[in-house]
Amino acid sequence: MKKKSALAVTAVGAALALGLSACGGGGASQSQGGGESAAAKHTMNAALENVFNPSDKKGGTLKMAISEDWDSIDPGDTYYALSWNLIRIYGRPLVTYNPAPGAKGRELVPDLAESLGTPSDDGKTWTYKLREGVKFEDGTPITSKDVKYAVLRSLDKKTFPNGPTYFNDWLDLPKDFKSVYETPDVNTDQAIETPDDRTIVFHLKKPFGGFDNFAALPSTIPVPKDKDTGTKYREHPIASGPYMFETVQTGKQYTLVRNPHWDPATDPIRKALPDRYEIYLGVNADDLDNRVISGDLHVDLAGTGVQPAALGRVLSDPQLKERVDNPTGARTWYIPIVPDVKPLDNVECRKAIIYAADRVSLQQAYGGEFAGGEIATGLMPPSIDGWKRIDLYPTGTGDLEKAKEALAKCGQPNGFETTMAYRSDRPKEKATAESLQQSLARVGIKLNLKGYPTSDYFTLYFGKPSFVKENGIGLGTHGWGADWNDGFGFMSQITDSRTIRESGNYNISIKSPEIDKLIDQANEETDKAKRDELWAQVDYKVMEEAFVLPIVWSKSVLVRPTGATNVFVTGAFDMYDYLNMGVA
Amino acid sequence: MGTYIIRRLIGAVFMLIVVSMVTFSIFFVVPRLAGATPMDMANRYVGRAATAEIVADQAERLGFNDPLVVQYGRWIAGVFFGAEYDTGAGVEQCPAPCFGYSFITRQPVWPDLMDRLPVTVSLAVGAAVLWLIGGIATGVVSALKRGSLFDRAAMGVALAGVSLPIFFTGIASLVVFSYGLGITAPGGSYTPFTENPVEWAYNMILPWTTLAFLYAASYARLTRAGMLETMSEDYIRTARAKGLPESKVIVKHGLRGALTPIVTIFGLDFGLLLGGAVLTESTFSLNGVGKYAVNAIMKNDLPQIMGVTMLTAFFVVIANLIVDLLYAVVDPRVRLS
Amino acid sequence: MTEKTSEQAAPTGGGQGGPPTSFLEVRDLRIHFPTDDGLVKSVDGLSFKLERGKTLGIVGESGSGKSVTSLGILGLHKGGRARISGEIWLDGEELVSASIEQVRRLRGKKMAMIFQDPLSAMHPYYTVGDQIIEAYRVHHDVSKQVARKHAIEMLARVGIPQPDRRVDSYPHEFSGGMRQRAMIAMALCCDPELLIADEPTTALDVTVQAQILDLMRDLQRDFNAALIIITHDLGVVAELADDILVMYAGKAVEYGPAEDIFERPEHPYTWGLLGSMPRLDREPTERLMPIKGTPPSLINVPPGCAFHPRCGYTDRTGGRCNTEVPELVPTAPGHLVRCHLGVPERRAIWENEIRRNLEST
Ligand SMILES: Nc1ncnc2c1ncn2[C@@H]1O[C@H](COP(=O)(O)OP(=O)(O)OP(=O)(O)O)[C@@H](O)[C@H]1O
Ligand code: SF4
Ligand SMILES: [Mg+2]
Repeated sequence: MKKKSALAVTAVGAALALGLSACGGGGASQSQGGGESAAAKHTMNAALENVFNPSDKKGGTLKMAISEDWDSIDPGDTYYALSWNLIRIYGRPLVTYNPAPGAKGRELVPDLAESLGTPSDDGKTWTYKLREGVKFEDGTPITSKDVKYAVLRSLDKKTFPNGPTYFNDWLDLPKDFKSVYETPDVNTDQAIETPDDRTIVFHLKKPFGGFDNFAALPSTIPVPKDKDTGTKYREHPIASGPYMFETVQTGKQYTLVRNPHWDPATDPIRKALPDRYEIYLGVNADDLDNRVISGDLHVDLAGTGVQPAALGRVLSDPQLKERVDNPTGARTWYIPIVPDVKPLDNVECRKAIIYAADRVSLQQAYGGEFAGGEIATGLMPPSIDGWKRIDLYPTGTGDLEKAKEALAKCGQPNGFETTMAYRSDRPKEKATAESLQQSLARVGIKLNLKGYPTSDYFTLYFGKPSFVKENGIGLGTHGWGADWNDGFGFMSQITDSRTIRESGNYNISIKSPEIDKLIDQANEETDKAKRDELWAQVDYKVMEEAFVLPIVWSKSVLVRPTGATNVFVTGAFDMYDYLNMGVA
Repeated sequence: MGTYIIRRLIGAVFMLIVVSMVTFSIFFVVPRLAGATPMDMANRYVGRAATAEIVADQAERLGFNDPLVVQYGRWIAGVFFGAEYDTGAGVEQCPAPCFGYSFITRQPVWPDLMDRLPVTVSLAVGAAVLWLIGGIATGVVSALKRGSLFDRAAMGVALAGVSLPIFFTGIASLVVFSYGLGITAPGGSYTPFTENPVEWAYNMILPWTTLAFLYAASYARLTRAGMLETMSEDYIRTARAKGLPESKVIVKHGLRGALTPIVTIFGLDFGLLLGGAVLTESTFSLNGVGKYAVNAIMKNDLPQIMGVTMLTAFFVVIANLIVDLLYAVVDPRVRLS
Repeated sequence: MTEKTSEQAAPTGGGQGGPPTSFLEVRDLRIHFPTDDGLVKSVDGLSFKLERGKTLGIVGESGSGKSVTSLGILGLHKGGRARISGEIWLDGEELVSASIEQVRRLRGKKMAMIFQDPLSAMHPYYTVGDQIIEAYRVHHDVSKQVARKHAIEMLARVGIPQPDRRVDSYPHEFSGGMRQRAMIAMALCCDPELLIADEPTTALDVTVQAQILDLMRDLQRDFNAALIIITHDLGVVAELADDILVMYAGKAVEYGPAEDIFERPEHPYTWGLLGSMPRLDREPTERLMPIKGTPPSLINVPPGCAFHPRCGYTDRTGGRCNTEVPELVPTAPGHLVRCHLGVPERRAIWENEIRRNLEST
């Protein structure tokens, strides 16, 4: 899913870094400092594998902010990681991620459902049973029909364009069904059945072993049909979780208060500690960092780390560095190598690029070890279940001998010329392109750099195969984050050649019938371990065929809140878990 | 005078229509030149894994398949007569002036703008008062004490004021005054004037001063230059020859003469500010028209861009008209025609 | 003021150093401006006297210090960078040593000024009436209505038709002559006893010039004011002035009754001025005799007689012209001249060379 990528305006950042360091720390007052928080000691990465400042103390207002806005608070219309993390305070999907630090946070646990899904033998039918006594914020009982309706409505991408399309792609929908609004009377039981108020049965077109991950999508959060107002539902989504919206000011502010009809007895995973949430939108990114540092705000909702302006200060001030958590995310920044463009149709020429690249310099382009990430050896990041280290290529400053060998095998012993696309308004990507240009020049590969605007990068330029081919663009650069942390959640959208369409593609280079076949095998496999193993093979194949030059597995520099309890980085989203955070 | 105003107003409407056409065209023409199809355009407004079918649906919903003229016509009709929008679950009225529904937030644009306008107006008015007082006073004193320590110090600060970007002064002052000393409100604080005027002012004081600092700097320089010029005019000598006290000579004769160009510039500055103090609002996280505009442009949200452009253009056009009228008032030699 | 004896002032006679005997007495006035380029000696030891009801004409080329003198009398150089010394006695009060505020109170009331270019001298943003009203109300504690009535009267007085309507006009809505009339009305509105007109007609066309001069003469008579008319045009003062002071490079070079200056001028510079004077009894197409050369720099005044680089008679003084500064000495009662030429010699030159020349051409 999308992670809010910081609009890094480096010039601003640099100016501010100067200004702020001159202002001497800005006084990080522990405004919310309570008695309990004194027990927990800040040390770097303290909240990566452990719960920092655990507590069951109720009350207080949790203050969160974000520099932009995310797509939507409507559970049927959202694709942001932070949103999937946060949404669970007001909505209960059938299944969710275990609120626990580190890898434990990637485990699925039943939420609205009593237990994880029960598959049929062929893996095409999945059944869930709802808990007893669950209610909406107005006191109406939640039934399986509300879950069915929620899933069906989210299929209407004209009304809800933002969310993922897994249910659209996998549910066995009747041909004449268009949307819950246009064809309300079409019987959809062949896709979702609700034999009684507590039971819901999903029928898939083809077997899928990892369906519990679908059941954890926000679109399984129940929506009462009579309260559904289409695009306007986002003005007040009806709560099934412990909090409900008090005010919704799009683009400005959300406030949430306790939902009186949420019964803790029905909910073994939520602590529901704060009395109130205040969420500020559109807060200046640099100001936001300063406020989190000073304790005026608890969390930067985006969960992608501090801005360049605060970065230097946070990493150099020993007191602030103790408050840093530096998780590796399920996101890889990489350079697709497009096999459609000559001479990159030859695998040896593609390999030459990987061999010749200065991997350390590329890591620097992304901000180095802490803010950038670990040098990636494969496309798949280590936090994905089943990940295996691939050692096909060196990760140093480049192996020029091997690169020349590969060039010779490719029939281009003196190198060749190609074009590289990047997003001109993203300084890191520009630096990446420049770094690669320099390192490839060492073996005679000449790169012409071409910057394109972010807004149309995928729709008009590097995500449009016809454009890429016509303009002979052999390389580009961008990143990809997992929808959830398994092979399918990370890889399926960017490795399956059959998903490539006319424009708007994130995968432009990985086209291999062998890989497609592995993907099909993985999807049919209901045994998780075997499935994971198949996805690891996909990763290996991608590297073997040299379809991408991976740069880093992204890391982010998060600043731990001073006034909050139960602070930990969940492996599900690689940011602080928003489900059980409390106010100290 | 009456016919002049009417003529100017008609011209203003015409001007706004032209602005709307140009904005509309830029939005469509630039991507078209880059080879975008309606599908490509729609691709910006779907989730990242949308199928071709979903993109087509979205293109249809946003009306990208119609000829540009039809799309423009639909927009302009909405402005004058209102429009109806499909929410999926039903049909929503958007009364005139309807600047359309955002492609992204799915909110009608006009109420959003009106909701944000008070913030921008608060910011602009408060800052304007401060910078007019500060800038003009400094400029006058500087001009009268030309070459003095005060003059040199003031002009030095003014130079810094003009050249320091607001996101720098803004963030720095937040760090010092709000998070360090705790004497001002943190970024993003806003209380409507009608709710609590004291809190309103308390929350706005830092954005006001920061923005005013920027403008005061240039107004001080402007006033200083104007005063130096007028104070050497013959009519100043005449005023002194009459036996007027020096204070009266400076204010009533000198400043009055120096003020005319300032009125013009102020009118335009203020008009533009009402269309959104982009940097100040972004820096202080104020949800005004300016931040709305930045967001709209970053997200390529045509209806929002159109709405904000029209609002800004409207303010600028009106400010221009008022400035011209005012000019005739302050300078009797100017004839309106 | 110290009882300083000034050699230049001595020959003007009369109570020098002691209490003034005349209504206006200027004694050894010096007004110097320090500038980046050096000290500008705009007025450098000027002395003259003027009685009520009398008119003094000050003539001289551009830059000779005429305006600086008049502004100096009004006290308008006070408080600035100017270095002022000497004495200005107005009706028994010494103004050089008086405070700024003291002089301000006199300004516009006891002494007033008419400026050269009435368009730039009036504030473009205020009506003529407002500007007169303001001038009146600075010195008279009266209501606006009263002042307005007075302004209308004054406008009528200076011959502006429909003054009750024109009082609300802006300066740019007046013709040049009317503006100067308004300017005069403004200067006269507080009944000044000393009126200084600094080139009051230069900016006007010839027919209007005559009207304005007539007006000033009439008004002076009615108000019984002392009048100083500054000009570089001798023709202007020919009819108005009782006395004439010819200035060159900040100093008086010839000073005496108007008749003497016109009929028996003794300074080469005055002769030059007379030669460049357009006269009604001469054909207008004929060329004038302008003084060759340019006025001197007031920072580096030529040594000796400041006029010597332009003077045609330097060979007749035995080399004194460029070494020794000539003094202003009487040549006849009330007639003073600053020139090294011997009195008989210069009279002879006037009679034999200049006068004939002037008349014949
Ligand atoms: N404030 C000042 N600072 C420096 N120099 C000055 C100042 N005022 C006047 N002067 C100089 O003094 C000299 C005399 O100027 P003044 O205006 O008295 O000449 P004028 O005889 O009135 O000439 P015009 O016929 O052109 O009006 C000029 O050279 C002028 O540059
Ligand atoms: S002193 Fe000499 S130079 Fe001066 S006017 Fe007389 S003759 Fe000419
Ligand atoms: Mg003059």
